[in-house]
Amino acid sequence: MKPLADRVAGWLGHDAEQAVAAAEEAALRSDRFRLEREGDWKRLEGIVARIERGRLKSVPDEDLLALPVLYRTAASSLSIARETSLDEALVAYLEVLTQRAWFVVHGPRAGLGGWLRQFLGGGWSAAVRALGPDILIALAAMVVGTLVGWLLVSSDPDWFYALVPGGDERVPGASGAVLERTLFGNADQPALSVFAAALFSNNAQVSLMAFALGFAFGVPSILLLVHNTGMLGALLWLYHGQGLTLELVGWLSVHGTTELFAILLAGAAGIHIGRCMAFPGDAAVLDAAAAAGRRAALVMTGVVLMLIVAALLEAFARQLLDATAPRLVVGAFMLVFWTGYLFVWRRGRAA
Amino acid sequence: MTARVVLEAERRRRWLTTPEGVALPFTLATRGSRAGALLIDLFLIGTGMVLTTLALLWLAQRIGLNLTNKGPAGHAVQALAIAWFTAMFLLRNAWFLAFELGPRGATPGKRVTGIRIAARGGGPLTTEAVIARNLMRDIELFMPLVFIGSALSTGSDTGPAAWAGLGWFAVFIAFPFLNRDGLRCGDVIAGTWVIEAPKRRLEQALSLGEGGAGRSAATGAQYRFSDADLAVYGEYELKALERVLRDNRPETLVEVAQTICGKIGWSAGTGDERAFLDAYYTQLRARLERGMRFGRRKADKHA
Repeated sequence: MKPLADRVAGWLGHDAEQAVAAAEEAALRSDRFRLEREGDWKRLEGIVARIERGRLKSVPDEDLLALPVLYRTAASSLSIARETSLDEALVAYLEVLTQRAWFVVHGPRAGLGGWLRQFLGGGWSAAVRALGPDILIALAAMVVGTLVGWLLVSSDPDWFYALVPGGDERVPGASGAVLERTLFGNADQPALSVFAAALFSNNAQVSLMAFALGFAFGVPSILLLVHNTGMLGALLWLYHGQGLTLELVGWLSVHGTTELFAILLAGAAGIHIGRCMAFPGDAAVLDAAAAAGRRAALVMTGVVLMLIVAALLEAFARQLLDATAPRLVVGAFMLVFWTGYLFVWRRGRAA
Repeated sequence: MTARVVLEAERRRRWLTTPEGVALPFTLATRGSRAGALLIDLFLIGTGMVLTTLALLWLAQRIGLNLTNKGPAGHAVQALAIAWFTAMFLLRNAWFLAFELGPRGATPGKRVTGIRIAARGGGPLTTEAVIARNLMRDIELFMPLVFIGSALSTGSDTGPAAWAGLGWFAVFIAFPFLNRDGLRCGDVIAGTWVIEAPKRRLEQALSLGEGGAGRSAATGAQYRFSDADLAVYGEYELKALERVLRDNRPETLVEVAQTICGKIGWSAGTGDERAFLDAYYTQLRARLERGMRFGRRKADKHA
C-alpha cells in the first residue's frame, strides 16, 4: 500500500495547482482528462450526498446554483469517458454519480405540504373533471344497482336477505315503529365509536376495492358498484313499505351524499384505469395504465378525504340532528358543496 | 458461477437516456431485496404502532382515565382515542408516502437493502405516482391477508366464491413474478419501478505515479513493452487486469504476471509483480486508448 499512498499524495491534494501539475505529469491523456475534472465531480458528489440525507437547508446557495451545471458536467464527462477512457472504475463511478445527481435534479418537485396545497387548490377537481365519461358510467351503474335492488326485493322479499348483510331488526315484515326507531333517537350513542366504525366499515373498503379492481379492465368495479347500491335499493324498498322513505333519505343523506359521492368517484377512478388499459389508443398499454393511474390516484386521495368527512358527519351530525328536515338540509348542502367544488369552481380558467 | 451472476445482473439492466442525451444504466432490484425491504418496513411500522399504543395507554393511566368514564373525563378518553386512530392511520398510510417522496425515494427498509423507486422510462418521479403505487399496496398485500384469514376462520364451509376470490388475490400477489421488470400492480398503475441505488467511491487511477511510469519502486527496474508485446491483449483483458490490480491479492498478481510473461515471452523474475503489472496495465491502456481515438477498437485478444 506504500507506493499507493505516495501516488495519492501527488495529486489527491485539494490544491488545484497540484492537480494541474499532476495532470501535466500524467502519462495518459484520459488521466489528464480525469484529473482536470475530478474536483467538480467530488463537489457534485458532496452536494448530492447532503441532499440525499435530507439536509437541503445546509447546502450553501452557490452550491445549489452550481448543481445543474455540475450535473451536466458529470453527464458530459461520462459520455467522453466512455469514448476515450478504458478505466472501468472511472466509468462506473461516473455512471453512479450521474444517476444519483439525476435523481436529485429531476426528483419530486414539491414536498407533501406544497403538493397538498396545489391538490386542494384545483389539482383534485381538475383530475375529477378529467374522468368525465367514467363518472357517468359509474353513476349509471349505481342508479341501475339501486333500481335492481328495489325491483328484486319488491318481486320477492327473500332477496332482501341476500342483498343486505343481516343481523339487526331491519328486515321485511318489521313494523313501522321498529324501523323508525333505527332512524331516530340514537343521540346518546358515543360519537367516537360510530366514527371509527364508519371509517373502517364497509364503505371505505368498497371505495378502495372499486378503485383497485379497476385494474381488471374495470368490470369488477362496475359489479361492485351495482352490488353495493343494490343494498341501498333494498333498504329504500323496506322503508318505503312503511311510509318512511323521506325519513330514510334524510337519515342517509347527512353523510350519504358525501359517502355515495366518494364511492362514485372511486368507482369512476377504477373504471378509468380499466378503460385506459382496455382501450389505450396510440399509447402502449403500460404507459396508458400509468397515465390513468396517476390521474386516478389524485381522485382517490380526495376520496379518502371525503370518506373521513362522511365518517365525521355520520358520527356527529347525524346524532345531533334528530329530525328529517335538518338532516336533509345538511345532506343537500354537502352535495351542493362537493358538486360546486369539484365541477364548477375552476382556478385560473382564464389562463 | 461468476458467469451466471454476471448474466443475471445483465438481465436486470435497463438503459435509459437522460434529457441530456446520456445513456444511463439502471439495475432493477431483485424481488428478494424488495421483499426484504417490505418486511423491514412492516416491522418498523408494527413497532411504531405498539410504541404509540403503549405511550397513549401510559398517558391515560397517568391522568387516571379508563374507558367507563363519563362527562369531561369521557371526552378526554375520546380525544386520546382519536389521537390513537390518527396515529395508526398515519403510520399505515403515510409511512410509505412520506419516505418515498423524500430525496432518496426510499423507505427505511429500502434504504437498508439499497434500493429505491424511480419513474419507469426516465421521467421525473411525481407525487401522484407515489400515491398511486401505495394505494394499490392495500389491495395487493393487506386485503389478501384479511381474505385468507377469514377464509381460514370459516373453515370447511369455504364456498366456491371464496376460492375464486382467493385465486383473484393470488394473481395480485404473483404479479411481480409474471413480468420481466418485476412490477407489482401498483408499479404498473403508477408508472414506477424499483431499482438498485448503488453508491461508489472514486477509485484511484492505476495508471498514475511510479508504477504507471514503468519504474519499479522496489527494484528500480524500468519496464517498457514493445508494441508487439502489447498487441496480444484487448479491452476485455485490460478490464480483467484492472480488477486484479484493484483487488491486489498477491497470489493472483503472481499468477497473472506469469500468464502475461508466458504470452509475450518475457522472464521477469519474481517479487516485483505489482510494478510489472502496473507498467503493463498503463502501457496497454495507453495503446488501446490511442487506438480508440482513431476509431480502432480491439474488444479482446481474439479481435
